[in-house]
Amino acid sequence: MRVFLDFEKPIADLEGKIEELRHLSSEGDINIADEVGKLQAKVERQLKQSYQKLTPWQKVQVARHPDRPHFKQVLAHLVEDFTPLAGDRSFGEDKAIIGGIGRFRGFSAVVIGNEKGGTTEERIAHNFGMAKPEGYRKARRLMEMADRFKLPVLTFVDTAGAYPGVGAEERGQAEAIARSIDACLSLQVPIIASIVGEGGSGGAVALAAANRVLMLEHAVYSVISPEGCASILWRDGDHARDAAEALKLTSEDLLKLGVIDEIVREPLGAAHRNQETALDALGDAVEANLRTLVGTEGGKLKADRRRKFLDMGKKGLA
Amino acid sequence: MNWITNSVLPKIKALVQPRDVPDNLWIKCGGCGEMIFHRNLEENQQVCPNCQHHMRIGAETRMEMLFDDDSYNRIELPKPVLDPLKFRDRKRYTDRLKEAQAKTGADDAIIVAHGKMGGAPVVLALFRFDFMGGSMGAAVGDALVRAAELAKAQKAPLVVFPASGGARMQEGILSLMQMPRTVIAREIVRESGLPFVVVLTDPTTGGVTASFAMLGDIHIAEPGAIIGFAGQRVIQETIREQLPDGFQRSEYLLEHGMVDMVVHRKDLRDTLIRVFSMVRDPLPKAVVVALPKTDKPKSEEDDSES
Repeated sequence: MRVFLDFEKPIADLEGKIEELRHLSSEGDINIADEVGKLQAKVERQLKQSYQKLTPWQKVQVARHPDRPHFKQVLAHLVEDFTPLAGDRSFGEDKAIIGGIGRFRGFSAVVIGNEKGGTTEERIAHNFGMAKPEGYRKARRLMEMADRFKLPVLTFVDTAGAYPGVGAEERGQAEAIARSIDACLSLQVPIIASIVGEGGSGGAVALAAANRVLMLEHAVYSVISPEGCASILWRDGDHARDAAEALKLTSEDLLKLGVIDEIVREPLGAAHRNQETALDALGDAVEANLRTLVGTEGGKLKADRRRKFLDMGKKGLA
Repeated sequence: MNWITNSVLPKIKALVQPRDVPDNLWIKCGGCGEMIFHRNLEENQQVCPNCQHHMRIGAETRMEMLFDDDSYNRIELPKPVLDPLKFRDRKRYTDRLKEAQAKTGADDAIIVAHGKMGGAPVVLALFRFDFMGGSMGAAVGDALVRAAELAKAQKAPLVVFPASGGARMQEGILSLMQMPRTVIAREIVRESGLPFVVVLTDPTTGGVTASFAMLGDIHIAEPGAIIGFAGQRVIQETIREQLPDGFQRSEYLLEHGMVDMVVHRKDLRDTLIRVFSMVRDPLPKAVVVALPKTDKPKSEEDDSES
């Protein structure tokens, strides 16, 4: 079952018609090629139109689309011989963050990402991509290992945020996130973060204090979810649309603010329509950035990263 | 207008009318509900004499409590880009800022000062909860970086007193970026081999807790303070169960290994001085030993001894 977002309804209708025609033609011997071709062209025009000018709130929907490539697809498509490494060595294994070593375009690397899960069962197993302290502590452990072995770190962010729960608080959610940020900032190897879907708050920046931060075109990255922001500032969750506008969470705005370094363009109709093309583009961008960073002296990588974050926010949106 | 209305009438009125009783002479304790006379509260460092409930206190009061002889120097803080996102919810962010500035007389939610404690230099950074909930935006992040650099330059310990609801939403993603920035501030202190102490006060939550505030060499919490990452309402909506007693309070964090000690306000200054002196002077004090007697003729100075 394909999932269509609200604003994709005209596209859904057109594609429904195409399906219908195909079904009819398989029964009789009507020539439908012309008609289908016309409709297909219409679909493309419609896609181009709606995706050219997505509102921030629509982008939030796209970023959360269930068919958007998740970390498992990133791994399958971009990383060879991925060897997952589990556990934080003190309490447990958190499946909301997957990490391990693997070969990315020939480079061995430590690869870490948030996994939301696809099916309902998977989503429960991965806790909907919301990590607990164990997840961040595992990430930190793997980053420290990368540092010892001089391997670059590649992270892929896709989370609504860190898990808000009693156990997570008791085991030091805040401390675990803080130390994960600290681990990113202490690395003497390159770290490249990619915001693939949702970049939700502290749970996202825990993996994204990186030398380079890339962002898929329709991903979002913000300090709080639009729903959360609306319920606090507007005292009404229904203002999520307004909050999404105000928060400036789109890749275009974040590039202007200097928070991200590069936008990775998505195929027509966004990554959920064509996962492979989107992941190829993401792989190319990560590779290009990695090639500029490998070989740089470790102390300089750390100093440059620190400088970059200290300078951040010097310019606002004009 | 003449001299009667300007000068005589008010005097008569003052004589005739009962004087307005300021409504803040008696303060209700948030812990036990007891009414406390304001002077008693002041003498007791804003701690309820009845139940020891620690009330929130202003940054200025705290500085007076901590520095030697109430003497300290506040430093000028950087002025970051104002309203970088042109943020507007029901109100403009610039208006909210102006209101907060008018209410508090402060530029933003933090003060940095240096002075001496127990005779040794120390840098303090104090959040102001009364300024937009002590929320952390670029001004706060910049101030903490500046405080770290000052501590490094003065070879002094840095003590931060967070009192904050978390990141300042009106600065959007840039408020989130204060998390790595303040972690860097703490690294500057750490790399200089100086103590970085966090005194967690009520409340310390969200992005503030999940950055520099949980990375102290030593974590001291004031009794009963709320300290946590996620808000209690959010947690309750997620798990749909009652939260445990004392959840996210200082004592609860102590029990779960997140803070080193819960210290009563009256003992805070001594505790800090004690810790810093141990870090500063790690060796036994030199013992004064009399010089062995020699056959040399006595100098004039020595004569004066006898």
